[in-house]
Amino acid sequence: MPDYRWPEPGTTSLIGKRISRLDGPAKVTGGAKYTYDLKRPGMLYAKVLRCPYAHARIVSIDTSAAEKLPGVEAVYVVQEANMEIHWEGDDIVAVAAVDEPTAEDAVGLIKVEYEQLPHLVKEEDLSKIRDRGKPANEQIVGKPEEAFQEPGTVILEGYYGTAVVTHCCLEAHGNVAEWEGENLTVYPSTQAVERVGAQFAETLQIPATNVRTLMQYVGGGFGSKVAVDRWGKAVAMLAKKTGKPVKLMLERKPEQMVAGNRPSVYAKVRLAAKKDGTLTGWESESWSTGGVAGGGSPPMPYVWQIPHQRKLHTAVSVNAGSARAWRAPNHPQGCYVTMCAIEDMAAKLQMDPLDLLLKNIALTGERSELYHKQLLKAAELMEWKKRWHPRPDQTPGPVKQGLGLSIHTWGGRGHNSDCRITISRDGSVELSMCTQDLGTGTRTVVAIVAAETLGLPVEAIKLNIGDNRLPRSGASGGSTTVGGVSSSTRRAAVNALEQLFAKAAPDLGVSPEELEATGGQIRAKSDPSKSLTWKQAAGKLGETPISVMGQNPGPQGSPDLISSGVGGAQMADVSVDTETGIIKVNKIVAVQDCGLIIDMKTAESQCYGALIMGIGYTLFEERVMDEQTGRMLNPNMEFYKLAGFSDIPELIVHMWTDAEQQKRGVIGLGEPPTVSPGACIANAVTNAIGVRVPTLPLTPDKVLAALEKGGMA
Amino acid sequence: MRSFEYASPTTKEQAAALLGKSWEDAAILAGGTDLIAAMKDNVVYAKRVVDIKGIKDLHNLTATAAGLRIGALVTLEELQAHPRIGQEFVGIAQAAAGVTSPQIRNRGTVGGDLCQRPRCWYYRSGYGLLARDKNGKPLVPDGENRYHAILGNGGPAYFVNPSSLAPVLIALGAKVRLYSASGPREVPLEQFFVSPRNDNDRENVLKPNELLTEIVVPAGVRRTATYEVRQKESLDWPLAAASVSLEMIGDRVTKARVVLGHVAPVPWRAPEAEKELAGKTINADTALAAGKAAVGEARPLSQNAYKIQLARVAVKRALLKAALGGA
Repeated sequence: MPDYRWPEPGTTSLIGKRISRLDGPAKVTGGAKYTYDLKRPGMLYAKVLRCPYAHARIVSIDTSAAEKLPGVEAVYVVQEANMEIHWEGDDIVAVAAVDEPTAEDAVGLIKVEYEQLPHLVKEEDLSKIRDRGKPANEQIVGKPEEAFQEPGTVILEGYYGTAVVTHCCLEAHGNVAEWEGENLTVYPSTQAVERVGAQFAETLQIPATNVRTLMQYVGGGFGSKVAVDRWGKAVAMLAKKTGKPVKLMLERKPEQMVAGNRPSVYAKVRLAAKKDGTLTGWESESWSTGGVAGGGSPPMPYVWQIPHQRKLHTAVSVNAGSARAWRAPNHPQGCYVTMCAIEDMAAKLQMDPLDLLLKNIALTGERSELYHKQLLKAAELMEWKKRWHPRPDQTPGPVKQGLGLSIHTWGGRGHNSDCRITISRDGSVELSMCTQDLGTGTRTVVAIVAAETLGLPVEAIKLNIGDNRLPRSGASGGSTTVGGVSSSTRRAAVNALEQLFAKAAPDLGVSPEELEATGGQIRAKSDPSKSLTWKQAAGKLGETPISVMGQNPGPQGSPDLISSGVGGAQMADVSVDTETGIIKVNKIVAVQDCGLIIDMKTAESQCYGALIMGIGYTLFEERVMDEQTGRMLNPNMEFYKLAGFSDIPELIVHMWTDAEQQKRGVIGLGEPPTVSPGACIANAVTNAIGVRVPTLPLTPDKVLAALEKGGMA
Repeated sequence: MRSFEYASPTTKEQAAALLGKSWEDAAILAGGTDLIAAMKDNVVYAKRVVDIKGIKDLHNLTATAAGLRIGALVTLEELQAHPRIGQEFVGIAQAAAGVTSPQIRNRGTVGGDLCQRPRCWYYRSGYGLLARDKNGKPLVPDGENRYHAILGNGGPAYFVNPSSLAPVLIALGAKVRLYSASGPREVPLEQFFVSPRNDNDRENVLKPNELLTEIVVPAGVRRTATYEVRQKESLDWPLAAASVSLEMIGDRVTKARVVLGHVAPVPWRAPEAEKELAGKTINADTALAAGKAAVGEARPLSQNAYKIQLARVAVKRALLKAALGGA
């Protein structure tokens, strides 16, 4: 059997190096075409009439005036009369017209009568949710009552929460759809080129083989772009009705309202510890919403397996756009509640929280030794022991400085992936798989693995991705892509080499097993003088090129080239202006492991991006709902605030890459570094000002209110 | 965005002739950073859009012994970069720099900054300038009012004036020149802004057939400063802002003007703070006392008490910045 194992640490020429992403030039020059950029010949533009109410029943729909408007080519009713609508902005009728203004005018001519129904759009105040909460069964671990009553136990009571935030994809959701007879071609903006192809077929009840999905670039997904959605079906139906290509992209407003968000969580926590800091008990009463379906409990206590626990969670149903997977679903919320409570406990015990974490590190289970090392590394990079002070910062002046910390985890096992590698007689190498590059660097890592294995430069690999006719490869969600595609690529490349070696060996007078591919040559391992250039070796092939597959997991699952389970420690340094409540993040240190790293540069980039996203949801981002009207008040980029360049501090990313990690194989990285920023920044704020600002985002009004309540104003 | 007729006059006379009797007849397009977005959101509609960028003399920025004459089409970036403004009217440069987006500073104009519509999210969601539901109930008092007014907020208007430049220009005693087919008129900027009393009122005295052509800032030896409290360093609306203009003899204030931004439906002149400062030396204590005086009449809505503190601090820091050259 061919040897698929990863090269020994320290022997690679490409894997683990710092390689710029291959599609960077295309993106910065505008050469990269996104779905949003597409213009097909004769293409129509679709617009959607959306429900203005948070909760309503459709009484009647009259599209006649819209249909008569010159330039309108088709009208498709998405939700019929008598249907109940559960959130503002839900799709009611879609219109295709010759241009966007005509489509918009047509939408304005549609008459829909609604019967308004009672709504609930805010969930933080439990006393106001009426009958919209569904408590889950209480969960008990160990003997929490005894733990809290144990003599000498110190009990911390706290309240913590995180607001609903949206995904804010730079490229909004949408598709271009085009029929040719019974065959549909869709250009989606998606994280799942293959999966949405199958979903289109199911939704439209046509054979899966009749649907082609094509996408080369996507402007962000973060978990929100894995389904066809109502607007996807609508654009396919409009294209069918008109026989023309139709484009339907969401405007910013619906993008913010209906195209995904991260559930909130609010929690009243009691934490028990011995006087020496040993954590013994956890009690939480929490609630959250992810839209009309309510919201499940995030993992709490997060990472820390506190021996005695009692947990009660209530899912609150609200009339607002539904939650979707948001980068590390549920982890940032669970991490925030847990790590803030632990930090508050440390303050109550007058301990350095780093010492408290290290004292309890065994509670983190099998990763505890690594967490210990990562915390010490982060502390070194932050100069924690030198710079940390007890709450609050005692230095004079209105601006207070503080440090905070957090740890996190994620899975990240690679998904199923098939890769085909073709080597032609002229030496060209083509690699095909239906994956997609979300901007994470998937193209680049695939090329690196293939090039490393074949002994070629990355530029020698021609990549075909983003087409559901290519060998299947999973959706990009859950940090599963890099493991899947790197494993299938490695296997395919090794399989290809095996065939090439068989063709080249006779000329070199050695057996194929004695050959290696390196530096653009095929040569004998024992005698490098016995060599052929790559081109010469390929020239030994006949008319039929080598075309082989590699699969993750393949028919031979062993050796396992991938693994699961990563973690990291983060520390933040902040300044808080106690006169204005404005927080400035000065620096974040992120120490992160993720097994064998294929491209150090894009791996670090994932961490940078995650920290920036983390600053956003910690300080600025929040879906603002108005209970009176049931509407979202900030579905824009003006009052839905994101961190800009000037809000981004010094970011220190340290990838944990010891030999042990490299032996674990490849593990995904997209989600984990975005888990901790909320907790570590908020803990740093508390360290600075001495009082807890309970809920994210940490806006000036809340900071000033906390200072006032704490008598610190 | 609904369809509209586009006109691009090259003189102010032509422009005035293209304007109409009602707001729906015509809208004036300068930098477009507000108008285009408002039209896309169906908050503003006009049958005709009159693009005034082709009117050359509205781009002029002249500094003479008499003061500044700022054409309505001067961009925020041009204003900020002008050497005389950086030296003698530093509070103006600071206010322009507060628009922390190079794109908007390069595109946005002085006239547009003064005439932009309020950012109240109820208004921008289609509930009208006075933010009332279909039964006439005001939405702001019981609603999401964290960014709304703390002064002059007895109703019916609760929004805040969004202009970055108005507070400092008012502090400097600026006038605006308006032009219509019946000729020019000049209005002190302080009187240009009004708090609407009913649905037909607007937030300034500009008539549908008028355009703002020029801002005139009188010369004088003053120390000026603007301090904005913004949550983000990148582009973000101030939560509160203050501009001050001080006439001084030695280190004593002889005459002060203190104007708050983003706290009331109009740029808010604070005579109490001005009185407080007369004859004083600016230091942390006198600056804070003036800050307190400036918000003495402030009344919070349900969610915006914090803005009183922010306005107080903005005044304090603007004064210290003006007097001492630091925050």
